[in-house]
Amino acid sequence: MRIPIGYILRRMGFLVAVLWTAATINFLIPKLTPRDPVAEWVTQKIASAGASSVGMDEQIASLKALYGLDKPLWQQYLTYIYNTVQFNLSFSIQNYPKPVIEIIQETIWWTLGFVGTATILAFVIGTVIGALVGWSRAPKFLQFLMPPLTMFSAVPAFILSLILIYYLAFKAQLFPLRGGYSRTLLVDWHSLDFIWDVVHHAMLPALSLLLVSIGGWALSMRAMMVTVEGADYITFAEAKGLKGATIFFRYALRNTLLPQVTSLAMQLGFIVSGATLVETMFGYPGIGTRLGGAIASFDYNVIYGIIFFLVVGIALATFIVDLMYPILDPRISYSGGG
Amino acid sequence: MRGLGGFINYLRRNPALGIGLGILLFLMLFSTVGEMFIDPDDAYALSTPINEVPSAEYPFGTDSQGRDLLASMVVGTRMTMTIGMIAGVIGLGVGTVLGFMTGYFGGLIDTVIKFIVDVLMTIPSFLLLIMIASSVPDPDQMSIVQMGLILSIVSWVRPTRAIRAQVLTMRERAFVMMAKLSGMSGMEIIIKELMPNLMPYLAISLAGAVNGGVLGSLGLQTLGLGNLREPTLGMTIYWLRYYNAFLRGMWWWILEPVFIIALAFIGFLLVSIGLDEFANPRTRRTV
Amino acid sequence: MSAPLLQVKDLKVYYHVEAGAVKAVDNVSFSMDAGVKMGLVGESGSGKSTMALAMMRMIKLPGKIESGQMILDGTDLVGLTDEEMRQTRLRKLAMIPQGAMNSLNPVMRIDRQLLDGPLDHGVIMSKEERTARIAELLDMVDLAPKVGKMYAHELSGGMKQRVTVAQSISMEPDLIIADEPTSALDVVIQRQVMATINRLLEEFGLSLILIGHDMGLMAQSVERLAVMYAGKMMEIGKTREMFRNPLHPYTQMLIESLPVLENKGKFQGIPGITPSLLNPPSGCVFHTRCPKAWDLCSEKTPQFTEVQSGRWVACHLHTA
Repeated sequence: MRIPIGYILRRMGFLVAVLWTAATINFLIPKLTPRDPVAEWVTQKIASAGASSVGMDEQIASLKALYGLDKPLWQQYLTYIYNTVQFNLSFSIQNYPKPVIEIIQETIWWTLGFVGTATILAFVIGTVIGALVGWSRAPKFLQFLMPPLTMFSAVPAFILSLILIYYLAFKAQLFPLRGGYSRTLLVDWHSLDFIWDVVHHAMLPALSLLLVSIGGWALSMRAMMVTVEGADYITFAEAKGLKGATIFFRYALRNTLLPQVTSLAMQLGFIVSGATLVETMFGYPGIGTRLGGAIASFDYNVIYGIIFFLVVGIALATFIVDLMYPILDPRISYSGGG
Repeated sequence: MRGLGGFINYLRRNPALGIGLGILLFLMLFSTVGEMFIDPDDAYALSTPINEVPSAEYPFGTDSQGRDLLASMVVGTRMTMTIGMIAGVIGLGVGTVLGFMTGYFGGLIDTVIKFIVDVLMTIPSFLLLIMIASSVPDPDQMSIVQMGLILSIVSWVRPTRAIRAQVLTMRERAFVMMAKLSGMSGMEIIIKELMPNLMPYLAISLAGAVNGGVLGSLGLQTLGLGNLREPTLGMTIYWLRYYNAFLRGMWWWILEPVFIIALAFIGFLLVSIGLDEFANPRTRRTV
Repeated sequence: MSAPLLQVKDLKVYYHVEAGAVKAVDNVSFSMDAGVKMGLVGESGSGKSTMALAMMRMIKLPGKIESGQMILDGTDLVGLTDEEMRQTRLRKLAMIPQGAMNSLNPVMRIDRQLLDGPLDHGVIMSKEERTARIAELLDMVDLAPKVGKMYAHELSGGMKQRVTVAQSISMEPDLIIADEPTSALDVVIQRQVMATINRLLEEFGLSLILIGHDMGLMAQSVERLAVMYAGKMMEIGKTREMFRNPLHPYTQMLIESLPVLENKGKFQGIPGITPSLLNPPSGCVFHTRCPKAWDLCSEKTPQFTEVQSGRWVACHLHTA
């Protein structure tokens, strides 16, 4: 197969541009604010310890030197880029000397677990429902699902979480109220009890995401099926006397799945943002809750670090899907669109 | 559509738009006319006894900070909607200008702006907003207007892209060519020919931008990035979590904001669907 | 003489919209023998495309076959169940669509599309048989075997149309309906594709209904010609005879509108516009534009009558 160098380079160029923009914004925003996180933190520490404020300025200055904050801006920038490329995202102010990257590593898997599962489930279920509802020759029994699913899709996931927590967790006591696993259990990934406990804790957060996402996928799939159904090649397929199932799967679905998958890639950012808030609602031990905590304690390094990490992740995922799309759809040539 | 009568008639054929506008109208009345029935001061802390179950005196109950939740909902809805409107109007304004300029005139500006828009669309706007909002001096003193402005930093991106795409398709149409031939200048064409035809899409972008603004403000405030005093809908969510309303069974504190928020978003969605139907009618009744 | 291949009797296809019923095909009858090439000509809105869809039983809501019969080789297509009709398509009755620009599945290779019809009709083929058949079909339409591995977007307009022709003859149906198969192509390619179609019809002894609006093309391609207007059949006869001696005023005007090299005068169109099919004119549906109309024409609908052997006309000039 011919290697589309031009296309790959162009997508890579875009990826680098996005990453660089994100990194630069990440660098500039803290600099633009009149806030001085170091001074604030030192002051806070001194006040809570009840120590005297003598020598505070020297402390602040030495801390700043440690963070390299006393050097000229351009030098700071270069050091920053250098560090970032190596994924050295500095240390948490609150939990010094814990590196931010370590915090991310601890929590990212929990997030990936529940968000990944929920998203894939929602995508598959929603797409199937949408396809069947949109295809006029399919049985009509699923049509009634559309109005409630549409309503749900309008509401943000974390708002739905509140209802789910109140009714299913608090009142009906079917699910745990918060956390990733029971505090009474030891973390033992080999124990079936523990694994069930984890799954049980993940159900409500996942359900929040599921309920609001299914509607969206169903709507877009339905719209695409309706459009495709009017296409000439569907008419000709029918004229050839092909079986209904053949037309549905090989002619209609095959043509609509690809745009639907790209849609998934484009929504990643939105999905992750929503998942972050859902996590904070449940106190789920993922990256979202850590972010929430960092915001509450003004731990800037953690805030910026996590956000930057998420942006990088999403940009990379989009890039990978961009590369795969022409392989999946023979109509898309590598030279067109970019 | 001739006048109000024609409009109401149209709504019968476009129920989504009708219901959506109805919901939004109701919320607007709730938050404006409603203010005549409550004392806005009661929406702030330490105004009433705490944790009151809904009763005749406090129809919506009170929260753990001593706010009358009815007053809180009325005032909060108004505030949240205002934030959304600020973000939406600015977003649409900037988006319209940029969208028309780049879509119609093209050239270097187009390439640059398009690139910026593409990059900004890859970066999730909510995360960007968190960064900005947490870096602002004294985020807990932010005014409603300031929050709206922060949200407008990202609310222009989607409208720009959408309007630009529409302008690009319209640009090649025959009526534009005619206008050019008859000697109209670029700006004239934009204002007199393109804009009237794009009104539905501008409206859709506005609905989307306001929706996005409200959503963004809810998210930020839930995380605590907003004025802690003001009873915006997002801050109510923040407080009910802070005071653990779940474990104390304070169902009214949870259900009221959720209901209003859900209503608002469903309203926006229906209006969007309705406007989309208006712009691209799927069924033509004429033979 | 053996029974005709196709007999359409009093066919009515109406579209039910809010304003009423659009009479797209109103009481059309004709018959066709096997091995014949028949043309169906008319302007836009005459009902000819609806006829094509009706014959394939592919009319979609809000349209419906109201009444009538379509008897193909002894079987009334109108009475068949959906599954029976599905099996009839491609095997006994095939279609060559208008403008193949979009008639091929964009994400399927050509070879799969060529064979999925027969396969869905129960034909069992081994892998070698399939490869051979694909090459055979492509060869029949003058396409190289390697086209099989390509995708639709890699082919030119003419090539795509040939592929659809290959698909339609893949099961040697009794009747092929070609709905303006060459309208979207330029004149040179038009000729090539028509030549290919003609050759295949000869080779397999197939019958053809060619639908279009181009009288010039009809004159070159078909032996019998049917003229439709506003959902009704106006005249049917041998092409040669109709051109030499058109009976119906509409046919006359259609022929006169053809530009002739020697004649350097103005183009003759037909004045007026197609009438509404929702509220067709009373009496003869053409009377509003007919230069020879008189009182009877607006009062009474002319019967479609056989005025000479094989020549039918619906006009008071000849049937009153």
